[in-house]
Amino acid sequence: MNRLLLSACAFAALSSPAFAETIAITGGKVIIGDGSDPVDGGNVVIRDGRVVAAGGNVAIPAGATIVDASGKWVTPGIFAGFSRLGLAEVDAVDGTNDKSAGRSGFSAGLDIAPAIDPFRSPFAVNRTAGITRAVVAPEAGSNMFAGQGAIADLGNDSDAVTKARAFQFVEFGEDGAQKSGGSRSASHATFRAMLREAQDYAAGRGTFDDQLLRAEDAKALLPVLRGETRLLVHVEAANDMLRILELRKDFPALKLVFVGASEGWRVAREIAASGVPVIASALNDLPASFEQLGATQSNIGRMKNAGVKVAIGMIDDRDAHQLRYSAQYAGNLVSLGQVPRATGLSWNDAFAAITSAPADIMGVGDRLGSLKAGRAADVVIWDGDPLELSSAAEAVYVDGVLQPLDNRQARLRDRYKTPGESALPKAYEK
Amino acid sequence: MRLPGFRLAALALPIALMACANGAKDAPKSASAKPAAKPDAAVKVEAPFASTYKAYPGAATVISGATIFDGEGGRIDNGVVLLRDGKITSVAAEITDAEFPADANIVDGTGMFVTPGIIDIHSHLGNYPTPSVAAHDDGNEATSPTTPEVWAEHSVWPQDPGFSRALANGGITSLQILPGSANLMGGRSVTLKNVYSRTVQGMKFPGAPYGFKMACGENPKRVYGGKGRMPSTRMGNYAVNRQTWIKAQEYKKKRDGGKEFTRDIGMETLAGVLDGDILVHNHCYRADEMAQVLDMAKEFGYKVSTFHHAVESYKIADLLKANDVCSAVWADWWGFKMEAYDAIPENAALINNAGACAIIHSDDQNQIQRLNQEAAKAMADGRRMGMTITEADAMRWLTINPAKAMGIDKMTGSLKAGKMADVVLWNGNPFSVYSRPAKVWIDGALLFDASNPALRPVSDFELGQPGSGDVK
Repeated sequence: MNRLLLSACAFAALSSPAFAETIAITGGKVIIGDGSDPVDGGNVVIRDGRVVAAGGNVAIPAGATIVDASGKWVTPGIFAGFSRLGLAEVDAVDGTNDKSAGRSGFSAGLDIAPAIDPFRSPFAVNRTAGITRAVVAPEAGSNMFAGQGAIADLGNDSDAVTKARAFQFVEFGEDGAQKSGGSRSASHATFRAMLREAQDYAAGRGTFDDQLLRAEDAKALLPVLRGETRLLVHVEAANDMLRILELRKDFPALKLVFVGASEGWRVAREIAASGVPVIASALNDLPASFEQLGATQSNIGRMKNAGVKVAIGMIDDRDAHQLRYSAQYAGNLVSLGQVPRATGLSWNDAFAAITSAPADIMGVGDRLGSLKAGRAADVVIWDGDPLELSSAAEAVYVDGVLQPLDNRQARLRDRYKTPGESALPKAYEK
Repeated sequence: MRLPGFRLAALALPIALMACANGAKDAPKSASAKPAAKPDAAVKVEAPFASTYKAYPGAATVISGATIFDGEGGRIDNGVVLLRDGKITSVAAEITDAEFPADANIVDGTGMFVTPGIIDIHSHLGNYPTPSVAAHDDGNEATSPTTPEVWAEHSVWPQDPGFSRALANGGITSLQILPGSANLMGGRSVTLKNVYSRTVQGMKFPGAPYGFKMACGENPKRVYGGKGRMPSTRMGNYAVNRQTWIKAQEYKKKRDGGKEFTRDIGMETLAGVLDGDILVHNHCYRADEMAQVLDMAKEFGYKVSTFHHAVESYKIADLLKANDVCSAVWADWWGFKMEAYDAIPENAALINNAGACAIIHSDDQNQIQRLNQEAAKAMADGRRMGMTITEADAMRWLTINPAKAMGIDKMTGSLKAGKMADVVLWNGNPFSVYSRPAKVWIDGALLFDASNPALRPVSDFELGQPGSGDVK
């Protein structure tokens, strides 16, 4: 739902009795999601779709609906730091796959928002696993610029887009070079030329449709040039990151976010000094390509220790279907704390890396990603440690609305609880 | 060709060889050191490309105080595992002073867990190695719908960095490398010990039977139909398979007839399947297709060891149990292709619950590093729907079940006296996300130790690269 972005007037019009309800989730182990310590026996109070207060010593308002969470964990919903949620039902079935638009001729101007379909089953499946928000990026098609990505919510309703055109996504590194003509020199040249053409467009020079950019693409790059729209840059290699940081000499307003960054630890000091945050792959540890030679699971921990703001994302990693791996990945970073010479994250930081950190990096941390007062009431009640493999979400709220936790996988499971047919074929068991 | 020593019933020979293979490494040998055997009157020839793997030296070791999952469903709390001469010699709640070797290394496993070495029945390490560049794309001879003549071992690059990650993060000690699934008959698999070697032969699991890769469904019809040739449909898949099996039956008859005939290495493999010497590993997602494969196997008199990627096994778990076929599955992959659309996370648990053989596999250079976690998720999903599944039971999905399906269960796959000392010491419960291997022994040799950088292998490819020798 897009409630947070609605005007006050529209918001009032949408308010319903359910929304006027105050809910107090009481007695659970409360995780705020900002890296602070868990609070045992805490309360979370939500009203009108937002968090009123959470933690210890939170009074329960009179008349609140009480949800007893004793013995449970209560956390912000998981915020998938990078995904293709809603862009594919079945990846290999073209008609259901809207990730890339390589034959369209458009690039930066593409807006992924209308392609995000909340009725696709990955919404329900990942909601069941406690995912409540996701960064949704298009895939690059005809050139290095993929287009404008969005922030989505996983609420069971028809409006999935929390924030459209939340960022521009661009491929650098090996993919960017290939899409630009075969060399990193070409991707840098293309990048500079396209931004210059956008400036020309703004100044009323040039015709564009016979140049690199169509007018729609140029328009989309203007807020990127002005630093109003974040530029998420997929980049893996240490050298590529340094060279991209240098682009800011000519385009000083760019608000860069690195995505992937498998070799980030090698240039962690420089990234930290630049202030560029990173949405990183958590567990890449193989030289899957030559731009990932230095990949290690210690990457995120080392970058964090160097002062880089880091979140976890599913970068080209089952990105349309398995956002539910986010918690497992965060847990793995905690496990590194017990491995000699490895660098992981504390539990608190690991959980923040899948909640408040992606929200902060995307510039919506004041509205999403934690249980601090005023944030959207995306709340999950878990039957145990949410990073642990045995745990499950028992209740999921998105914008304060309790969500159904059913999906077609659960229906199939129930139908085949016993494999044999009974009096009628399985098709009659619904 | 009959392959003495590769018949399941004839495994005693390689085991005997293993028993005396525990000393220091010999001087370099030729790739295949055994002299070629003289063909007898029939057509038996010595197996080419024979294993030259020898166990590395290992000290007698006592791991005490740990929780033990024996890999066959057993659990011992605060138990003792004794390794000696490359073998497991004792697994018990306690051992007597008499059994306690004076020269043994003592490993305090208090608070830790011991399991058999983890086995991945479906890997492409080596034949789709990293870096994943086109020059390394050696996993599938997808130029014909049937290529029974190819052997995966001829594609395996023993310097794949992935082997070291599988060892250090996943506790993998044995793995089957399969040809890809573009074709109906993809060729022979090879089973490896997860021990780096200069040669593939130096990694080959001594005495492991060969496997044979087959594939159902979307891939073959897409790949060959896309080239305008048969098969382009699922019915085409079965037609090509059956025609090929008829030829294999004719070849086998000729071969067994005692008269001179022209060898055909593809047909040799198929005849080996019909003999029961080579185990069929059939990539097959959908329940209905698995049921038809079982009938095809009956028609031609072969047995399917395992359906791989069997995301719909839960729909026919009773049938799979009745046919004694294993299902090698992911915990929760789904939706990436049409035939994976009905995958559910309770699949492994439902297979197990029906009394059929469940195996968790990776088919992935990343998830091979955490098969224990995948099993943990699958177990939790089963428990959540009300099944009783103990951790000791679920451990079988990674150990004795794949070992049986690969025909190596007499040698490894559980912590039983006399078996290869393929052992993982975990720094916590392997069903927890917070646990990692602390030490891994293969044939009694300590080949990974998290606390000892010297015992973290680095492949040739990574030597001298950025991050070489890092914890990864």
